[in-house]
Amino acid sequence: MSTGMAEIKDATDLYLADFDRIERRTARGPGAWLLPIRKAAISRFAELGFPTTQDEEWRYTSVAPIAETAFERASADGAEVTRKQLAPYLFAADVPTIVFVNGFFREDLSSLSDLPAGLRIESIAAAIARDDATARRHLARHAKIEDQAFTALNTALFEDGAMIHADRGTVVESPVHVVYVSSGGVGPSVSHPRTLVVAEESSQIPVVETFVGFGGAAYFTNTVTEVVVGDNATVDHYKITREATGSFHIGTIMLHQFRNGNGRTFAGTFDGGLIRHEIDTVLDGEGCDCGMNGLYLVDGPRHVDNHLIVEHAKPHCDSREFFKGILDGHGKGIFSGRIIVRPGAQKTDAKQTNMSLLLSQEAQVESKPQLEIFADDVKCTHGATIGQINEEALFYLRSRGIHEDAARSLLVYAFAADVLDRVRVDSLRAALERLVFQKLPHGDLMGPHETG
Amino acid sequence: MLEIRNLHAKVEGREILKGINLTVRAGEVHSIMGPNGSGKSTLAQVLAGRDSYEVTDGHVLYDGKDLLDMPPEERACEGVFMAFQYPVEIPGVTSNYFLRAAVNSVRKYRGEPELDAVDFLSVVKQKAKLVHIDEKMLQRAVNEGFSGGEKKRNEIFQLAVLEPKLCILDETDSGLDIDALKIVAEGVNQLRSPRRAFVVITHYQRLLNYIVPDFVHVLVDGRIAKSGGKELALELESKGYAGVDGQFAKAELVGSRK
Repeated sequence: MSTGMAEIKDATDLYLADFDRIERRTARGPGAWLLPIRKAAISRFAELGFPTTQDEEWRYTSVAPIAETAFERASADGAEVTRKQLAPYLFAADVPTIVFVNGFFREDLSSLSDLPAGLRIESIAAAIARDDATARRHLARHAKIEDQAFTALNTALFEDGAMIHADRGTVVESPVHVVYVSSGGVGPSVSHPRTLVVAEESSQIPVVETFVGFGGAAYFTNTVTEVVVGDNATVDHYKITREATGSFHIGTIMLHQFRNGNGRTFAGTFDGGLIRHEIDTVLDGEGCDCGMNGLYLVDGPRHVDNHLIVEHAKPHCDSREFFKGILDGHGKGIFSGRIIVRPGAQKTDAKQTNMSLLLSQEAQVESKPQLEIFADDVKCTHGATIGQINEEALFYLRSRGIHEDAARSLLVYAFAADVLDRVRVDSLRAALERLVFQKLPHGDLMGPHETG
Repeated sequence: MLEIRNLHAKVEGREILKGINLTVRAGEVHSIMGPNGSGKSTLAQVLAGRDSYEVTDGHVLYDGKDLLDMPPEERACEGVFMAFQYPVEIPGVTSNYFLRAAVNSVRKYRGEPELDAVDFLSVVKQKAKLVHIDEKMLQRAVNEGFSGGEKKRNEIFQLAVLEPKLCILDETDSGLDIDALKIVAEGVNQLRSPRRAFVVITHYQRLLNYIVPDFVHVLVDGRIAKSGGKELALELESKGYAGVDGQFAKAELVGSRK
């Protein structure tokens, strides 16, 4: 046993202690139904412990810095975040926006008036407090804790987050924006934001989650998003990661699709330190259509790991994975995509594409497809490419008078263009195009890109 | 306008140009012909600034300035344009964006104000007619999914928009059917002016029925073996390159090895 001041070897005990606090509170308050789920989650986390690079699914990403840091639960107090600070991260001013700072709902920063009929947006804490039926039915029912330690940890410890519910037949065109801000504290801090999106039968809704960090001490965001796509419903989910340099972000997106459901995710990773996205889709009804898209910009020492699993549980479902990475500096970008076709899931059509553009000698890229097929009448393809700037194209642009630096940026932008085209919310796409331009070396040499 | 003196160049260690001498004045159209492997395209690439070609000797003066000293973009800004033999596809970049970036880059270099979207569009509309290009094509990615003829027409369209002084056409006629060839040639003829010069590189005499040159040069084994007026092209048509130079057989050998 270590003495009080000993160096931290593993912070597991800190999380277990934090759970005692949550447990006491849950037991006497509303949402007692959550307690058994939380208890199962914390004991699963205790069993699993933090993954190591010995674990095949974590081979390229070491979370030792997370396991060895004594993160304190981030506090709601003293977090000075203003609307002005948030403004650069809001792609459109007139969309419903719900903001959380350090994991806690901030009504003063949110804009939730005049919601369309059939659309509900609220804090999960509030939904639990009034014993909401949707929360009871779906919250923590979809994300898997069995072999995902971080998902288990979030499930045990989450306090708040956004709940978005579209009633049967509700079609919403304007996106809902969920913003999670880490304000950064004096010491290392952790938050466990939780999002639940439920689209009932034949409803349609776009949801954007943005994760933002405002510096301060190193912080750790451990987030889980559950997206439930009901029969014949459509959900377009976007996760924009713009965490602070030197921060840690581990996030799970669980997309559960029912019969004829249309689910699309887009993971745009632009800023942060160590980032891991676990993006899992279960196609749990016939006739589902699923798109999993992503763009990751890796620069400096940034480490981005996209870990995808799509599970074809029922026949006649299509899935499309399309991830592109732009790697510069001595960053590292990882894509691994597992496609599982369950017995009986005939007529599965699954396609996976991962393309990487390497801009420096030091950047590293890993791309790992995994197909596990237990049905015989299926179509599964995967492809990965790793390339550099096309010198022919570069010369062509230069020969027309475009400066070499601008030409390079233009080609990098062009590489990202087709994945950005899959962002179906116009205002978000325009904002991301501007962001990519900003991030490119010499991107300022180019004017605005008008695709029209 | 252009003075090439004793130009030697090699690619991947192999010498391709072995002492080219050529003078081109404003308003002139020069045709460079020659068998495969004689160095025609190498000459075009060297003039445009392709860095995979190493100039080992000689010099090139353009409007009195050392052309070889300039990066490709500066050459373009100074008014040199090469129509590519194999125009490059650039997925993700619309022709519209690309051309406007090019035009404004050149204008900026010349100290002229940049064109806004509206002005640019009116320039483009006017030039598009010249080579029968559908404006809708401008919304598409540069050369992506274009047919061979569309790609070549797009090169001449870019030429029309950028208004260079020295235009180098590298086998712009190759692979075109007669209708496409006529459109391309017509476009070029309309762009001829006393202030502009053309160097038309071609493998086939046929193009010169439509673009009538002032001078014809025959390139054989990295050197200009013979120069003359437009009648030289006709002579080549009837007699072949064999009549031009004793080195023909050697040149043909190089060509067939490629």
